[in-house]
Amino acid sequence: MNEPAVSMRDISKTFGTVVANDKVWLDIYRGEVLALLGENGSGKTTLMNMLSGIYYPDSGQITVDGREVSIRSPKDAFDLGIGMIHQHFKLVDVLTAAENIILGLPGKGRLDMKAVAAKIRSICDLYGFDIDPNQKIYDMSVSQKQTVEIVKVLYRGADILILDEPTAVLTPQETDKLFNVLRNMRNDNKAVVIITHKLHEVEEISDRVAVLRHGAFVGDMLTKDTTPSEMTNMMVGHPVSLNIVRPEPENPRPRLTVEGLTVRDADGIVRLDHVSFTANSGEILGIAGVSGSGQKELLEAIAGLQHVESGSITYLDDQKGPESLIGKNPLEISRMGVTLSFVPEDRLGMGLVGAMDLTDNMLLRSFRKGRSLFADRKTPHRLAERVVHDLDVNTPSIDTQVRKLSGGNVQKVLVGREISSAPTVLMTAYAVRGLDINSSYTIYDLITKQKQQGVAVIYVGEDLDVLVELCDRILVLCGGRVSGIVDGRNTSKREVGLMMTKLGGEAGK
Amino acid sequence: MNKEPFIRISRRDDLPIWKAWLIRIAAVIISLILCGIIIYGLVKLNPLKVYITMWQGAFSTEKRCWITIRDCMMLLCIGVGLAPAFRMRFWNIGAEGQILVGGIATAACMLYFKSLPTPLLLLVMLIASVTAGALWGLVPALFKARWETNETLFTLMMNYIAIQLTSFFVSKWENPYGSNSVGIINRTSQEGWFPSIFGQQYLLNVIIVMALTIGMFVYLKYSKHGYEIAVTGESERTARYIGINVRRTIIRTMLLSGGICGLAGFVAVAGASHTISTSTAGGRGFTAIIVAWLAKFNTFVMILVALLLVVLEKGAAEIASIYSLSEYASQMIEGIILFFILGSEFFINYRLIFRSKAKEVQA
Repeated sequence: MNEPAVSMRDISKTFGTVVANDKVWLDIYRGEVLALLGENGSGKTTLMNMLSGIYYPDSGQITVDGREVSIRSPKDAFDLGIGMIHQHFKLVDVLTAAENIILGLPGKGRLDMKAVAAKIRSICDLYGFDIDPNQKIYDMSVSQKQTVEIVKVLYRGADILILDEPTAVLTPQETDKLFNVLRNMRNDNKAVVIITHKLHEVEEISDRVAVLRHGAFVGDMLTKDTTPSEMTNMMVGHPVSLNIVRPEPENPRPRLTVEGLTVRDADGIVRLDHVSFTANSGEILGIAGVSGSGQKELLEAIAGLQHVESGSITYLDDQKGPESLIGKNPLEISRMGVTLSFVPEDRLGMGLVGAMDLTDNMLLRSFRKGRSLFADRKTPHRLAERVVHDLDVNTPSIDTQVRKLSGGNVQKVLVGREISSAPTVLMTAYAVRGLDINSSYTIYDLITKQKQQGVAVIYVGEDLDVLVELCDRILVLCGGRVSGIVDGRNTSKREVGLMMTKLGGEAGK
Repeated sequence: MNKEPFIRISRRDDLPIWKAWLIRIAAVIISLILCGIIIYGLVKLNPLKVYITMWQGAFSTEKRCWITIRDCMMLLCIGVGLAPAFRMRFWNIGAEGQILVGGIATAACMLYFKSLPTPLLLLVMLIASVTAGALWGLVPALFKARWETNETLFTLMMNYIAIQLTSFFVSKWENPYGSNSVGIINRTSQEGWFPSIFGQQYLLNVIIVMALTIGMFVYLKYSKHGYEIAVTGESERTARYIGINVRRTIIRTMLLSGGICGLAGFVAVAGASHTISTSTAGGRGFTAIIVAWLAKFNTFVMILVALLLVVLEKGAAEIASIYSLSEYASQMIEGIILFFILGSEFFINYRLIFRSKAKEVQA
């Protein structure tokens, strides 16, 4: 076997009392795509951040091409040919692609944008990218922005590329395109590291897999010699079943009807355009769409957080009959006796308060109860204990600040609180985003249980594999309009993917 | 290339409280040593003697003790007033103005309602000063809640209006004519002055402010309102999501904050100076910001911080007069000590890792 491009030896990193990496060994080879696998908080991103100069290891050695190096800043990393594409893009919105790409590079006094653009085009031709160097970032889709990030590191001469969960924000079609580019890079003898949770992507793109668990290196193997269940077992430490059970809806009845819903944002741009659908009890209604197609506005309009321009949202109570939710704020909706639970996309910025402990976060839903001037913290404390126990939340104590928990545990706390109020409608937005396999399946399980208890579930998701396995019906949004509603049991990932990018899917269908 | 950075900074998690206090105490000691070196280097005085003099400046006689306590209560009262606003991340730097309008209202009652019996007069003064301060806090709150104006600038500018207003009333109530001051109000009859309790002139100040301190602690930590304030401060979006009326919370909290600062003006005028001037607040509205922040908005810790600041101030004035140093010398000492206390927060939140130490860990 050839010499590794990068080898990391005994790398350790701690943050306060948290051990993020514990004596990790990792080799990265040229001409190979390495998939770095691990649950949330297993230290994948931290490890790669140490390669790209964001963090500095507490101990251990890094050698690049056989030479021991010390990477103290992103610039050091670039000098060594290491470039990282972060999960959250680091681009200046008002600048063009080319301007972003050369940002921070040394150069002569006079800037020759034509030469820059020419070099960018030659990189694009080499690997099969498709970007316009003169397009502004704010005009770009998520996938285009990602392309700019990749070209940016290539422009700087990187031949060791690290991509942190690159597919989390892409449609299946865009993912295919990205993987083609990665294959071209591999064939060009570059070293590629891809961090991901999705096993089918690991199988599709990678040559070798390395697994981390709780900050420690568990092992690596050739992708062709392994199976999804073996990889999961290594990640989690014990066997996990990877099946989503989808029971038939029992006695579904309309619970929430939305008709002709139109919403404009603060800038007057139409975010939802005459959206109509019905959510039934005992059923999971999936919402699919490219990110920013109006999913957020739809859920927030139902929850009473978004001003509605026209249309109706009607809650159908089994006893009291239909009631309109339009123009009511969350407090008024709950005072009507509608238990509407909402797991928003922004967990720590909206659903929870990061700086508060578990008890105080449970208190968010219940603090108004009672006539006393003082808030009752005993009941929420018990609820926090129950959620921690029932959902297996990994936390040092009930008094820990929520922001100190890992992503999966934060989500369990939020979902646990939202379902504790025995809702009749449960809305979740990207409930498993950033969650590892184990936590994701726990969440699917919880959602399915709610459905079996007769809750009308609205599930906004991005992983189409999951949407077609979990949901009874799927509503596809495209640019704020309903592209179609399909039966989850009789559809395919491909069909939904096409409807996401084109109203109604394939022409004539 | 193959060199580790000399110093790295890394965040600490969950430092035990006693260790944090150890760091703070160490900071005070180091700052005292540094001040000692500077004092000796500049004016060749024995630093220990200087410190003893400072202590005496604050506590040598019973009268001085009471003055120190009185000033500490004043500062504490403003700090307590700022606490709910700051907890809501509403940066009320308009305490100065809220104190002044509270003071004007107090002085007006003392001048115009002096025929009322003392308890009733005090009650009227209390209500008037709280109302004036609350109104002064309400204006920026309304604008913030309605149009999302920047409260920092707004509250600051309200200070200047209050100062001009004070100048106006000082010239209106001038006594004696031509002195350009109001003089001691009701000098002989003492209407509207805080009565002595158990022979102590300033005991009522202590009682009022301590009651507020305890009340505010309970309000912020245990009440529903306190919880709403905390949630709104941490994240307005969460507050909306959960159905908290953010506008109402902002307005209610600023009424409270301004009201207590107005009450501080009442204590300053009726309980201490018995006069009103543009220096009635005397910058304490700003010093109290340090009190509130250093105490992390915990009103009990504020007692300690306020006491420290007042003792420093008294001590600095004392050494200035005893050793005939300029006021600036004592202000330097004050500055150095405060700098170290504020700086120690860095070492409580972060630790430094030196190159050699990191090597050891490796070996």
